Amino acid sequence: MIPGPLAIGLGHYLTVAAILFTLGIFGIFLNRKNLIVIMMSIELMLLAVNINLVAFSAALGDLVGQVFTMLVLTVAAAEAAIGLAIVVVFYRNRRSIEVEDINRMKG
Amino acid sequence: MIVASLAFYLFAFMAVIGALNVIFQRNPVHSVLWLIFTFFNAAGLFVLLGAEFVAMILVVVYVGAVAVLFLFVVMMLDINIVVMREGFLRYMPIGALIGVVLLVELALVFGGWAISPEASGLRTTPIVAGVSNTQALGAVLYTKYAYLFQVSGVILLVAMIGAIVLTHRRRAGPRRQTIENQVNRSAADTLEIVKVQTGRGVSL
Repeated sequence: MIPGPLAIGLGHYLTVAAILFTLGIFGIFLNRKNLIVIMMSIELMLLAVNINLVAFSAALGDLVGQVFTMLVLTVAAAEAAIGLAIVVVFYRNRRSIEVEDINRMKG
Repeated sequence: MIVASLAFYLFAFMAVIGALNVIFQRNPVHSVLWLIFTFFNAAGLFVLLGAEFVAMILVVVYVGAVAVLFLFVVMMLDINIVVMREGFLRYMPIGALIGVVLLVELALVFGGWAISPEASGLRTTPIVAGVSNTQALGAVLYTKYAYLFQVSGVILLVAMIGAIVLTHRRRAGPRRQTIENQVNRSAADTLEIVKVQTGRGVSL
């Protein structure tokens, strides 16, 4: 829909995406106990990547970025479903979702 | 122009505030609600970029499906919030350090970077003016990227089967109908014919 230059510069969008991505990483390190908040941080990081893709798609006038965004959305949805299923099963077995308790596979 | 700038800064600030709250909220339920808020603002940013279809998909898929899934799981698990916050301050410095390092790296990357002049010549599917975003996306997605589209469908199918297999369990308590047992039942299994002598009764 936007031929030519954007109303807002590409750099602004990239900055927002960079901040969101950093907050996602920060969240993973901060909430070392709560597995669900870690998954939410991963969703934040995927959202930042999507903002980057769509921003470049609009800035370059190429639709492929938006197609790719939809594929990333699909993978994110699948990842959330499987991840939450694993969390539920783990909670049933151990009555806890602390990251430090997840060591059953350790030899 | 000024309206677009105002809208951009509004959505951008709100998205960042939402992301901060996702991380720092004590209660995971509040985190999920702030995540939904962040997704709505990101959808606003997408609309500003002219990607209306992706924005609506973001609202439908993320807010409607993924965030609600998170909400269900958070409410289903009985999480002790106080225990979950232990070590929060301990991990704060290392997390902040890594965040700052990453931010500086990204700033350096964006600082020394420019779009190549040939970039616009390398476009494979240029956005055509006058065609709506949804129509243009559909025309590309179902023709050029049909295989990727199908693969993403397979990914979703695998995720669905995996989630069901992982969480399904057979409970011992409730009685359920087993049709094959009902069909295979014969008269010999259930009926017994006893000759009763008069006045004696019968012992079963």
